[in-house]
Amino acid sequence: METIQLLVSGLANGCIYGLIALGFVLIYKATEAVNFAQGDMMMLGAFLTLGFANSNFLGLPFLIAVPLAILSMGVIGYLIDIVIIRRLFGQSQVAIVIVTIALGFVMRFAAGNIFGFEPQTLESPLIGRDVTVGGIFLGLDELLVIIATIGLTVGFWLYFSNTKLGIAMQAASQNQLAAYYMGIPVKRVQSLIWAIAGMMAAVAGILYASKGSIDPNAGLLGIKAFAAAVIGGMGSLPGALLGGIIVGMIEPFASRYIPAGYSQVMPYLLLFLMLVFRPHGILAQVHRKKV
Amino acid sequence: MMAVASTTAAPATTESKDDVVLRISNLESFYGPIMAIRGASLIIRRGQIVTVLGANGAGKTTLLKTISGVMDPEKGEILYHDKDIAGSEPDRIVRQGIVHVPEGREVFPLLTVEENLRMGAFTRSDGGIGDDIEMVFGYFPILRERRRQSAGTLSGGQQQMLAIGRGLMARPEVMLLDEPSLGLSPLLVKEIFAIIRRLNVERGVTMLLVEQNAKVALDVAHYGYVMELGRLVMDGPAADLAQSKDVQEFYLGVREDENPRGQRRWKQRKTWR
Repeated sequence: METIQLLVSGLANGCIYGLIALGFVLIYKATEAVNFAQGDMMMLGAFLTLGFANSNFLGLPFLIAVPLAILSMGVIGYLIDIVIIRRLFGQSQVAIVIVTIALGFVMRFAAGNIFGFEPQTLESPLIGRDVTVGGIFLGLDELLVIIATIGLTVGFWLYFSNTKLGIAMQAASQNQLAAYYMGIPVKRVQSLIWAIAGMMAAVAGILYASKGSIDPNAGLLGIKAFAAAVIGGMGSLPGALLGGIIVGMIEPFASRYIPAGYSQVMPYLLLFLMLVFRPHGILAQVHRKKV
Repeated sequence: MMAVASTTAAPATTESKDDVVLRISNLESFYGPIMAIRGASLIIRRGQIVTVLGANGAGKTTLLKTISGVMDPEKGEILYHDKDIAGSEPDRIVRQGIVHVPEGREVFPLLTVEENLRMGAFTRSDGGIGDDIEMVFGYFPILRERRRQSAGTLSGGQQQMLAIGRGLMARPEVMLLDEPSLGLSPLLVKEIFAIIRRLNVERGVTMLLVEQNAKVALDVAHYGYVMELGRLVMDGPAADLAQSKDVQEFYLGVREDENPRGQRRWKQRKTWR
């Protein structure tokens, strides 16, 4: 019984890490730079939903607030690329990394100033409702997180493998120069990828907020998601999800069976072991060019 | 620029002006601070294969990149059907009918062969894409066998075929081919060039072919230019170039064993210097 409950809550955690990790990997594949603001984009997405939905802010119906927040984060992601990242074209990757770290800080303080630095709860219709399946007590929010993640992943998989623009996004991330030669508008494709990463962050944020409270520092969760992306194999979309689930699974079990203090270290211990023994991650997509 | 004295008929001058597809004049391109193309002018006529010969670093690839819009020229004109396309974005240039088949294959390694071909038709939205994939398979039957395989697992020769096939998918009027022989066995080079010739004859694709392998290039081309250190130093019909002493000595590796004094000079002086 208990194991199954730990499993479900681990899976739900892991799905959120996985969604953030997907954002990391998407942008990494497209631009070969790591967006360290991905976690903060998740936080911002959650706060935007809160701002739209909570009665002390705009008080819109929840089902309107959610798509509105996802769309806004898409626009924010798109703008981050065309206003900031595109100007760094040709600069070293370190420059992009530093800029995204700075962007994360900006988002953290912007959210803090608008919504306050105290933890707040999203007025979600899901919070506090439980379902009992065969004597197992499960939170509706946790189930929803898992279902939403599965749905989103299948949707993205279909998009990337079947639509022309989706395949072009893969092409642009595999060989940017060749994509230019084929007439794929690489810059616009990259902006769209930032938009998708933004929307993904918003979904992750909404799911995260429906599981508990949200505060401007929630974005630091991104570090764990980054660990998940590396464990799964930076550059592999299924790997990101897998890494997320692994990290998410470790946490509840570690805190149940390992003394506090040590248990929090477990995801990073795994990251450390991974980097030592299999630095490309579990599902690495290593490709060597033929000469 | 100095033209090679040609004993055979000069084909270019007698034809009408409308035949000129691409007219490049006084082009200058920079790689950072380095001037890679120093005022190049050339003319490409409809249905011809024009080759640009030259050593490593002569500026041949830069010339193609500048035409296809991946690099912007500093000065000069690229007139495509009398419209200046210099400095346009690459996707606009592909849409207008010029496609660049890059050096070193540059396929999309994790996409399948068929997806690679579909990406070649990215700028198109007509219904003929499926038929054109079949057309490419007709020229390169091995690609049909490998259609579901990811392109990164193909051999070098197959990747080169895929790169050319992918270029064809844009239905180009002009194809810019960069070193299609690079790294291929002599047999494969022969095969690829036979197909290049067929594409030119059967599909009427005008080609600008950049090669270090001067022999095969002059074999297949109608007209040729020689590029050195960013300048086009010599041009003429391919057959005449193949006979020229300079080209023989420096690009075809033919030894000049006898000269008027009966001894081989240890270093030939190029006539264009």
